[in-house]
Amino acid sequence: MKFLRNYIDKVKPSFEKGGKFAKLQSTFDAFETFLFVPNTVTKNGCHIKDSMDLKRAMSMVVIALIPSLLFGMYNVGLQHYLSIGQAETKSLIEMFFFGFIEVMPIVIVSYVVGLGIEFMYAQSRHHEVNEGFLVSGMLIPLIMPVDAPLWMVALSTAFAVVIGKEVFGGTGMNVFNPALLARAFMFFAYTPFISGEKIWVSGLTEGTNVIETYSGATPLTEMVNGITPHTSSMDWLIGTMPGCIGETSFIAIMLGALVLLYTGIASWRIMFSVFAGGLLMGLIFNLVAPEGHAYMQFPFYHHLLIGGFAFGAVFMATDPVTSAQTPRGQWIYGVSIGALAVLVRVVNPAYPEGMMMAILFMNAMAPLIDHCVVNGNIKRRNKRAIANK
Amino acid sequence: MSKVIKLKKGLDIKLDGSAENVLIPCVTPMSYGVRPTDFEGVTPKLLVKVGDRVKAGTAVLFDKCRPNLLFASPVSGVVKEIVRGEKRKLLDVVIEPDDQIEYEKFEIPSLESLSVEQIKEFILQAGLWPIFIQRPYGTIALESDTPRAIYVSMFDSAPLSPDVDLIVEQGLPEFEKGLSVLKKLSDNKLFAGVCQVTDKQIVDVISKYATVNTFSQKHPAGCVGIQIANTQPISKGEVVWTIDPQAVLFLGRLFMNGIIDLRKIVAVAGSEIKQTRYHRIISGAKIESFLPLSNIKEQKEDCSVRIIDGNVLTGKKTSLDQHFGYYKNSISVIPEGDNYELFGWIAPRFNKFSVSRSYFSWLTPFKKYTLDTNLNGGERAFVMNGEYDNVLPMDIYPVFLLKAIMANDIDKMENLGIYEVIEEDLALCEFVCTSKVEVQSILRQGINNMIKELN
Repeated sequence: MKFLRNYIDKVKPSFEKGGKFAKLQSTFDAFETFLFVPNTVTKNGCHIKDSMDLKRAMSMVVIALIPSLLFGMYNVGLQHYLSIGQAETKSLIEMFFFGFIEVMPIVIVSYVVGLGIEFMYAQSRHHEVNEGFLVSGMLIPLIMPVDAPLWMVALSTAFAVVIGKEVFGGTGMNVFNPALLARAFMFFAYTPFISGEKIWVSGLTEGTNVIETYSGATPLTEMVNGITPHTSSMDWLIGTMPGCIGETSFIAIMLGALVLLYTGIASWRIMFSVFAGGLLMGLIFNLVAPEGHAYMQFPFYHHLLIGGFAFGAVFMATDPVTSAQTPRGQWIYGVSIGALAVLVRVVNPAYPEGMMMAILFMNAMAPLIDHCVVNGNIKRRNKRAIANK
Repeated sequence: MSKVIKLKKGLDIKLDGSAENVLIPCVTPMSYGVRPTDFEGVTPKLLVKVGDRVKAGTAVLFDKCRPNLLFASPVSGVVKEIVRGEKRKLLDVVIEPDDQIEYEKFEIPSLESLSVEQIKEFILQAGLWPIFIQRPYGTIALESDTPRAIYVSMFDSAPLSPDVDLIVEQGLPEFEKGLSVLKKLSDNKLFAGVCQVTDKQIVDVISKYATVNTFSQKHPAGCVGIQIANTQPISKGEVVWTIDPQAVLFLGRLFMNGIIDLRKIVAVAGSEIKQTRYHRIISGAKIESFLPLSNIKEQKEDCSVRIIDGNVLTGKKTSLDQHFGYYKNSISVIPEGDNYELFGWIAPRFNKFSVSRSYFSWLTPFKKYTLDTNLNGGERAFVMNGEYDNVLPMDIYPVFLLKAIMANDIDKMENLGIYEVIEEDLALCEFVCTSKVEVQSILRQGINNMIKELN
């Protein structure tokens, strides 16, 4: 790899201040640090540093997302072939390949648009390019319906990166989870393209060759409309049901959760408490459900399996930047998300899925929660000062 | 033995090359130095000029803002050079030593007859006052204050740090004398922090003079600030003084023999040292004199080493021709990490240490690592959370404190506990930080802003 290093060292001066391509310095730096861990050394203070850096942390999250992505691709193929009645004749590889062709463009659009904007901002601020979008860029496709038009994905991504992140100063400064913001933008701007019964399955919107008995409705839509879901709880567990690309498989998401918890990158407190909050709210509904209210009687543990609950709990609520920062605050934040998500689902018929709203709402509340927790610390300190006088 | 205060939070970084238990006698170096930069918040003024003869104990510097705060020469000899830096900033007073040290004689007062004020006056006059550090701020203690207590930490938990027992055992009578002075000075409010493996004999001696608290050993339990925070934290308006065990010996010698005798024992450690040792030196000795180039491992082409005045978490970068720091007890030599690593951020990197389980170092808890000075990434805004809390056994929210400092919000800094911490307490936070934030320099900047604002 010596020649690569030599080559970079040779071209580097032209990207530095005063060089021919000085305008592309951040871009060059991003690629250089992608290839090589830089030779920067510590100054005074701590002379040795932990080997962990943001690139690795973010890569771990992307790795954790891979099971959901791969299963999502398979499920896109499966649902498509189910809808045209060919599921029995197609092999697993064919289904996966179909999904791959459908999903890849969304992934590419999300990354190209998002990273493009990030690079532009980094360049204009003379900063290093921040790694945060590596994760957002993967999350966005996974929470989109497969039939979403690519230009909408591009627009939502651009909105999320510019308004959600860069106006606040980039990764680490944002208030809302950028990926969820992209979805929220799409949800409010182009509602028909991210709700209903058709958008979740590739080809269903056009409706060619679709067999009559097939329904592309997600369990959430069916529950809201008072219909018993056509998929079984086993489908929900495995993920063979219509839904956003990456959110359907509980098992794949849990594999990701294992990676995040094992590496310690996501907060176990948040993850655990979101699930606990959801279960608690579901249980309350179960207990107080009046006769004939099917949704309230919906078994509380099933809430975790359908819709984006698990995906949101594992990958979205745990975003270290937008979640609560203090340990005690994280419990409050997590339980509130879980409880709100189920509350919105069951009580508010306008939004079949409450997870997105719940997380975005609690993102906004997180600084307040932290403020209260930190104030507790301050009060304790002041009390001690007075007691000592 | 008293109850052990167990601090679960923290981190022991196991590094290769801790000092072997061999004590090398003192070698007279070419020069000694008194470096004003070792002392926080001092505006130094010279009392000597080049060519002047000084004795060990002759004041060579004083603080412009506190004229009675004197800094003594560690040896007798001739002032050879006054080193100045940018804007004529005073960096070093270089003294060429005599073969035989001549001491400035101070009349030994009897401790019983002295009042606290007289003790202070005597130490100040002898130029030994800088051994007292105050909290808040980590600056030289203000003699007009009455401290709530005086704390001394009897073990050093930082990586590659010296064994305090070994140092103290070399001069137990002086140490005991020093403690008795401290006891009187603190009005019986002397606190000592020991660990479970501290020598029983030493603990017995200490407990005659001080309240002994026993701590678990995980770093940063050895930091005196952590010990204060876990016994009786510092509140607004309170002042606590701290003193290093070696300085207790200085104090003891002053009161026993009436001289300024700054002999100390330092650990020469680190993965790049051929023979790690303890050396007897006199404070301010030229580093070359106890760490010759021949004791540093030869490096490959394009590679170099970093010599650190102090330990790897809080020390200052130095070189062989510099003088040793006033408050330091060890010198560490580790490889300089100014090289590139292909795809290092995603490679498994089995030989790297990390608290994160995305590396594998947690599988080998007893392995000793050779860590270099590479930053291992680029500096970013705060992203990850909870990292700092895991290594700081204090009731403080470090990230919130640092953000308050960055925003220069004095009220918030005060409320969030800036009085309780100095750099060494938060050094581990800087080590584990994924975003590579320079925690210690931010904190020092905050403390300096506090001092400026409140005076």
